[in-house]
Amino acid sequence: MPGLEDLYREIILDHYRSPRNRGELPTPPAVVAQGHNPLCGDEITVYLQVDGDTVSDVKVGGQGCSISQSSASMMSQAIKGHSLDEVRALVKRFKGMMSIEDADGDGDEPAGDVSLGDLEALQGVVKFPVRIKCATLAWNTLLEALDQPA
Amino acid sequence: MTVDVTTPTAPVFDTAAVKAQFPLLRRTIDGAPLHYLDSANTSQKPRCVIDAMTRFTETSYAPINRSAYRLAAEATDAYEAARANVARFVNARHPDEIVFTKNATEALNIVAQAWGRANLGPGDVVVLTHMEHHANVVPWHIIAAERGIELRWIPLTEDGRLDLTTLPQLLDGAKVLSFAAMSNVLGTLNPVTELCAAAHDVGALAVVDACQYVPHNVTDLQAWGADFAAFSSHKMCGPSGIGALWGRAELLDATPPFLGGGNMISDVRLDGFTPAPVPAKFEAGTPPISQAIGFGAAVDFMSALGMDAVRAHEVEITEYALTTLQDRYGDDITIHGPTDMADRGGVLSFAFRDLHPHDVSQVLDQHNVCIRAGHHCAKPLMRLLGAAATARASFYIYNDRDDVDALADALAGASDIFGL
Repeated sequence: MPGLEDLYREIILDHYRSPRNRGELPTPPAVVAQGHNPLCGDEITVYLQVDGDTVSDVKVGGQGCSISQSSASMMSQAIKGHSLDEVRALVKRFKGMMSIEDADGDGDEPAGDVSLGDLEALQGVVKFPVRIKCATLAWNTLLEALDQPA
Repeated sequence: MTVDVTTPTAPVFDTAAVKAQFPLLRRTIDGAPLHYLDSANTSQKPRCVIDAMTRFTETSYAPINRSAYRLAAEATDAYEAARANVARFVNARHPDEIVFTKNATEALNIVAQAWGRANLGPGDVVVLTHMEHHANVVPWHIIAAERGIELRWIPLTEDGRLDLTTLPQLLDGAKVLSFAAMSNVLGTLNPVTELCAAAHDVGALAVVDACQYVPHNVTDLQAWGADFAAFSSHKMCGPSGIGALWGRAELLDATPPFLGGGNMISDVRLDGFTPAPVPAKFEAGTPPISQAIGFGAAVDFMSALGMDAVRAHEVEITEYALTTLQDRYGDDITIHGPTDMADRGGVLSFAFRDLHPHDVSQVLDQHNVCIRAGHHCAKPLMRLLGAAATARASFYIYNDRDDVDALADALAGASDIFGL
């Protein structure tokens, strides 16, 4: 079994202890989506403020384990100020890191120059398959928010 | 409030000898032994249950209730003998009061949906408690939405017991009281006989979710005075895929069928059907036959241990766990539910420092300590506790003090990782 140091990297614990972009945004103009992990009861709420083609602000609410909450925190940092195309590409890249194939699998390379940055720290989650759902909860909720009519 | 459970002083059995009968518990992971503390979820299986199912499958397996050859008769006899075993184990009046179901969930659905659909209408009241498993909540939600039924909830005290001070008002005009004999989250043992009597005083049906109770205590359904009770095989050393609905014979007779199909009919015509007598009326389709044989073997195994001794063992091990965890971690650990063994069983839900239960479970798994982390299919209760989830260790006949010590030691590791 892989060691826990692969899972609980320092940067993950830092985001867990001090989550970034916590809070709410007024809806409208922001859109909001809620995600649940029925397995463990974790909840994530994602507020997105989209101006034109850009995610100008993002806030995250909810409660859950260190992996779900740190993933949400890092995600919020990574997408803020980026274009919708870049955000969707980032979701794809993150899910790829979690060994989740894109359902529409068109093989297109992600558009734009998106970097996983701190999110690379979550790649150890793949070695703990039960926790992949924790790491991807925020991202699936983000996808739902992106699909909301503004 | 009186609880019907005795806390016997019967000699506790030899746990090492019991544990040796469970092949899975000999398994090691990463070269170290397993500490299986998730039996409230599902229990492990002893060799005698595995062998009984294998022997039956290899020598006597055939359809039941429908073929004329000797092998089929033999299989039918074995299936019915298992029913009689289970009936004796819970002191039912007659084997035919035991309906084999898929699990306790299906049993409760039969009550809510088959009995409920025939007997409940707009404005009728069903009383549940705030500590119910989803299996005793959602079936009632379904029928409540369909029929315009009012659901009322018995609240809990601070220490996780039923708060019965408003019971008369809650039961006023009620048609059903349905409650867990033991909470799967808090371990609380509820006063079953008292609650059944209170239901009957107002003419309400008394339904007992006995899923967490039957595997751990002497069960006397007749003494409870209940109308229906549900329990499962897989939590008491038997296979999954089979459970039981017990009902008073006259109630089962008066309840319409739940699932329709083969085996549950006396006659089928173009213009309708006549259901078979109980219990076949509620056993549509080919049932889990080998599993029934395993269920029967499991109750024989439990009876041989003695349910008084099982309860005594669990009191001893749970008391040791409560003392060990509180001595070692003090205010850093919060145990949900009563801490007095007089009215609690071997289920121990806890919060550890500020750690999320999922993270606690992950770290414990590194030490081969298997616990449940989550909402335990009791989200209304979780909301009351103000927690999205709890960590839960649960004890059974094969657990010993080593398992408790491993749990306590592994928790220290969780503190280290999260720097608490």
